[in-house]
Amino acid sequence: MFRNQYDTDVTTWSPAGRLFQVEYAMEAVKQGSAAIGLRSKTHVVLACVNKANSELSSHQRKIFKVDDHIGVAIAGLTADGRVLSRYMRSECINYGYTYESPLPVGRLVVQLADKAQVCTQRSWKRPYGVGLLVAGLDESGAHLYYNCPSGNYFEYQAFAIGSRSQAAKTYLERKFEKFPESSRDDLVKDALFAIRETLQGEKLTSSVCTIAVVGVGEAFNILDQETVQALINEFEISGEEAPTNESAAEQAGGDADSAPDQSGAAAEGEAAPMDI
Amino acid sequence: MDTLLSSEGDSQRTQYPYVTGTSIIGIKYKDGILMAADMGGSYGSTIRYKSVERLKQVGKHSLIGASGEISDFQEIQKYLDELILHDNMWDDGNSLGPKEVHNYLTRVMYNRRNKFDPLWNSLVIGGVKNGQKYLGSVSMIGVHFEDDHIATGFGNHLARPILREEWREDLSFEEGVKLLEKCMRNLLYRDRSAVNKLQIAKITEEGLTVSQPYSLKTFWNFAAFQNPTVGAEGSW
Repeated sequence: MFRNQYDTDVTTWSPAGRLFQVEYAMEAVKQGSAAIGLRSKTHVVLACVNKANSELSSHQRKIFKVDDHIGVAIAGLTADGRVLSRYMRSECINYGYTYESPLPVGRLVVQLADKAQVCTQRSWKRPYGVGLLVAGLDESGAHLYYNCPSGNYFEYQAFAIGSRSQAAKTYLERKFEKFPESSRDDLVKDALFAIRETLQGEKLTSSVCTIAVVGVGEAFNILDQETVQALINEFEISGEEAPTNESAAEQAGGDADSAPDQSGAAAEGEAAPMDI
Repeated sequence: MDTLLSSEGDSQRTQYPYVTGTSIIGIKYKDGILMAADMGGSYGSTIRYKSVERLKQVGKHSLIGASGEISDFQEIQKYLDELILHDNMWDDGNSLGPKEVHNYLTRVMYNRRNKFDPLWNSLVIGGVKNGQKYLGSVSMIGVHFEDDHIATGFGNHLARPILREEWREDLSFEEGVKLLEKCMRNLLYRDRSAVNKLQIAKITEEGLTVSQPYSLKTFWNFAAFQNPTVGAEGSW
């Protein structure tokens, strides 16, 4: 995208019918570090890549618990993400206080989307520069939504946002058909594989990624580092090619062994999914 | 009239109820909830109105019964209509169940109480959602309960003891109605504001039905009524 005379404020349309400020906000999401989500009928898993500015600093928190039954992973301007998380927590708590019942995640997502839309139609505001993957449970089951700076929201079986998310999306596209029936642990495994795709050869360790799970009978919780590292070791995927089912090969990192016997091969070079 | 704490432009405050309904009784039974209420609206000690419907549907899953000030119940119905309207406008497959309605009303009643402007009612909310039966009550000061059998007003003193003895988890519809009628008959004998015209409402997963008004048979032929002055000559 290049600068043009219609991109100064959000309330200016371009002749082609675009709002450039909103599109620039979505660019900010694409530049943030990756976040992915996937769901089965009963569980939703969120995972994200944590990058620290330097070795001296801590990692940015990109996954937030909103309520026992809802959590969110963000990509983009983390500060905007924190503010929106606080709004979501507030809405959940108020609903719970009035109705003694958890706020249905579909309603929270619509409220969030309407809040984002306001910022696309006021000349004194700017769009939120953050994309949110909202994972939650309600009476109709497990849900995963993506909320966009434009005020749009979509429901997904699996999705990835942020930088190099295309690699994760490609992996998820190969696997998503079996997600509804997956067990919780298989979902977590697939999340780790998807994160590894975005790392493009870097070693996958628990210091680089964060995993969170919510499901029927399991309140939203972020897995601690030891658990994640144990899972990574167990699946023996730190540098290896992803085996399709279990029975992994060696432990040694870095080497790209071609192990995929069954569903592996055909995925590369497929049409890119809609990049919103 | 001016006082130190209020002025003429003050909001209306219900200090005394005017037209009131008497007890409501509710029980859980095998398939859902049964609730009974008579159709009387008393104006003090006068039984003024005899066709007051005190049992009403709320959304798809709930039933509310009210005792106390009838105009305040009508106000509550307006709040509930708006609540259900907004719930339906989401059009998203989620809906407020009896538990949510009960808690919403608890908040309303308690907040009004804190402003010294209560809605002068005792409410019973019952319903079934996703197979779960729910029955609860809220008073005018926001005190709320949940139980297998609920009553308001005189029903607490005259009906609950019967229910404590005879209520069971697996009552059939007929048994439940008989039990409620036994309680309502007792109230008819002993509660001065009871009238002999009642409705019974049933709510199950399938839906709600409110019966047509009907009367209970009563028995007055007690031996003690034959010669009432036999132990006290000269009295009447």
